[in-house]
Amino acid sequence: MSGTQTTYNDKVVRQFAVMTVIWGIVGMLVGVIIAAQLVWPELNIGFLHFGRLRPLHTNAVIFAFGGCALFATSYWCVQRTSHARLWGGPLVPFTFWGWQVVIVLAAVTLPLGMTQGKEYAELEWPIDILITLVWVSYALVFFGTIAKRTVSHIYVANWFFGGFILAVALLHLVNSAAVPVSLTKSYSAYSGVQDAMIQWWYGHNAVGFFLTAGFLGMMYYFVPKQAGRPVYSYRLSVVHFWALIFTYMWAGPHHLHYTALPDWTQSVGMVFSLILLAPSWGGMINGIMTLSGAWHKLRDDPILKFLITSLSFYGMSTFEGPMMSIKTVNALSHYTDWTVGHVHSGALGWVAMVSIGSIYYLLPKLFGKTEMFSTKLVTVHFWIATIGTVLYIASMWIAGVMQGLMWRAVNADGTLAYSFVESVKGSYPFWAIRWLGGVLFLTGMLIMAYNMFRTMAGGKTQDAPVVVPAAHHA
Amino acid sequence: MDINDLRSIVTVAGLLCFLGIVAWAYGKGSKKGFEEAANLPFAEHDDQDGASRTSHPR
Repeated sequence: MSGTQTTYNDKVVRQFAVMTVIWGIVGMLVGVIIAAQLVWPELNIGFLHFGRLRPLHTNAVIFAFGGCALFATSYWCVQRTSHARLWGGPLVPFTFWGWQVVIVLAAVTLPLGMTQGKEYAELEWPIDILITLVWVSYALVFFGTIAKRTVSHIYVANWFFGGFILAVALLHLVNSAAVPVSLTKSYSAYSGVQDAMIQWWYGHNAVGFFLTAGFLGMMYYFVPKQAGRPVYSYRLSVVHFWALIFTYMWAGPHHLHYTALPDWTQSVGMVFSLILLAPSWGGMINGIMTLSGAWHKLRDDPILKFLITSLSFYGMSTFEGPMMSIKTVNALSHYTDWTVGHVHSGALGWVAMVSIGSIYYLLPKLFGKTEMFSTKLVTVHFWIATIGTVLYIASMWIAGVMQGLMWRAVNADGTLAYSFVESVKGSYPFWAIRWLGGVLFLTGMLIMAYNMFRTMAGGKTQDAPVVVPAAHHA
Repeated sequence: MDINDLRSIVTVAGLLCFLGIVAWAYGKGSKKGFEEAANLPFAEHDDQDGASRTSHPR
């Protein structure tokens, strides 16, 4: 290693970081459109109606926006904490271009109605195969880099990234198993209640590993970096990791309360969901307490604001989630907008904010600048995004609880007190507020894009040299 | 042996394994290694404020 000066592969990080912002705007724009379609039904034009666009929104924000953010941050983190350049040669650009092709194919096929009909796993089998190839390449690059590290430890963030990569591979392979009947149509390999259970084993672990473990990896690297101090408790981070690994896989049945799923399976899902509160809050406290003794940094550093606020929303939604998994609470909340509010508390408040903070950290470094073009605009983005998120989740809480109460209300003679459409009518004002929240969040992303392009202008795209092995003892 | 005995054994073994990890993480032996690992993100050239960092012995 010594002698020749190797550099980190920052090119692929640069590509993924820029596309995170671009796909974020696309995915959130589709979200704003479908939110508007609920308020103004005449906006459902032709085949571009809510039913076709909704999976496009979820796939775009989870896999395009969130996926690109995970690729960018994991590639940056694994190189920086392993003191090694990315392993894999041509596999590295393949993960970037392959993933972009997957996203474009999703954007074409989903509005055309080509779907496997499984939530968050809608893409048809040829795209599933491409995802598998990209994902195996990703795993090879990531673990190959860990294998050639020049330090003895594997930093905790890489454990989270690695767990996320392995779990998503497993989930994707099992849940996407299907029998193709044509190039654009296939049927699930499972049927009945088993199909439902496998789908929600996948669905909840997509939340647990794609949208949590990976982003916790982000948290464990970027919060200490931006705060300038090591994580509050490394021991807690180790226990946090293994506690999540041991419990998340079992929580899926809470998506199927009061269905044909055996009752004991539902109860197991509920109990494990409740247990999950402990590691989730352990991780949140670990991240927030990293700032202990440096709280003043929160005042004028908008990147830290994003990161720490994201942890607060993580704490909120991981408290709300276990509560909603309790069967009696679920009897009220399920199938209502409360669920939608809960998801967005996690998706906007936690996933998007921690990604945005991390990308703001990366952008100047990737383009040879000391800071973003405008720190003031980062602060503006932070406040717009926070207000948007609060409007979104508060309106969905009200709408959801109202819907749940109306649906279960009965008259003295046992008949339903309200027809379904009355609950739809009552939801309109809250759907309008939700749309406004989404518009605010999207506006924040547009500001970010402007700031990003101004930061990129005239920037140097030179890869940083790899840290020499002896230097790792500080 | 019934398949359900095997399932019970795996569940209990999983719990013991987790408790073992907790004992290891909070044991004395892992402290030094964890401290080194916790400082891994700060070994880069771009860190100017290296002197101000102290690791937490938690």
